[in-house]
Amino acid sequence: MTVIDVLEQKQLRSDIPQFKAGDTLRVHFKVIEGSRERIQVFQGFCIKRQGQGVRETFTVRKQSFGVGVERTFPLHSPKIDKIEVTAIVDVRRAKLYYLRQKIGKKARIKEKRV
Amino acid sequence: MKTLLGTKVGMTQIFTADGTVVPVTVIQAGPCVVTQKKTVGTDGYEATQIAFGDVKPKRLNKPLLGHLKKAGVSPKAHLVEVPGPSDLAVGDVVDVSAFVEGDVVKVTGISKGKGFQGVMKRHGFGGGPAGHGTHFHRTPGSIGASADPARVFRGSRLPGQMGNDRVTQRGLTVVSTDGERNLILVKGSIPGGKGSLVVIRGQ
Repeated sequence: MTVIDVLEQKQLRSDIPQFKAGDTLRVHFKVIEGSRERIQVFQGFCIKRQGQGVRETFTVRKQSFGVGVERTFPLHSPKIDKIEVTAIVDVRRAKLYYLRQKIGKKARIKEKRV
Repeated sequence: MKTLLGTKVGMTQIFTADGTVVPVTVIQAGPCVVTQKKTVGTDGYEATQIAFGDVKPKRLNKPLLGHLKKAGVSPKAHLVEVPGPSDLAVGDVVDVSAFVEGDVVKVTGISKGKGFQGVMKRHGFGGGPAGHGTHFHRTPGSIGASADPARVFRGSRLPGQMGNDRVTQRGLTVVSTDGERNLILVKGSIPGGKGSLVVIRGQ
């Protein structure tokens, strides 16, 4: 294992749930306002996971007041309190960029039958 | 002045305590051994010579082996002189403990060679349009006036060798050090490719 692998391994989090593109997530993110810290929840569906190891990030997209909002989080960031996976869906792509062009009913993704 | 030799390992990122991501370069630095003290009396100036990097004796020539033997040091690949007085003696070892978190350092290395490059890559010239019947694409254009001065001014930005230069990156912050594995992590990038020799100096 290289020196860099060792450095990165130390920072990896083990409490991250399994999820992939399309899954609906609730990301509990720590926000520091002045001296106090609170937790903000960003809810939406994951449109991509990118990178590997400690550099891995994921992007969550949601509709907010009719406007599409995307936010990218570092997967192993200590600022993430927890990630909840609320729905697992059936998609055929790793990157769901095509959903950016879809609005309303067409932007839905089929839920996986368990 | 604190000086240490090392090799560039590569870049990665580190999460700080408050969760921000810091891009860092990992340097395998030291330990360096003092091999010679230059004094005003014998050499005309003050300096300290430090050595880094173990190497097989057959890789060095006899004069260098003799020089290191005199200092009582095992064969080393790289010798660098640190100008100015210091309180180190021959045989002393300098390692990453010389630097602490938050120190501002300069890192000198040999930048990656890019070969003979044109003005667009080497100096960031704009170049010409690609199409519409023009023949002016990547050439430098005018490089000065005609009969007066009748020569090209020195320092004109022209094509030539790019990279493979000695480059110093100043104002880098030490993010952390690891005395056990002889590592220094500095914020930002440093010149050179992975495995290249770098000199870390305190400011």
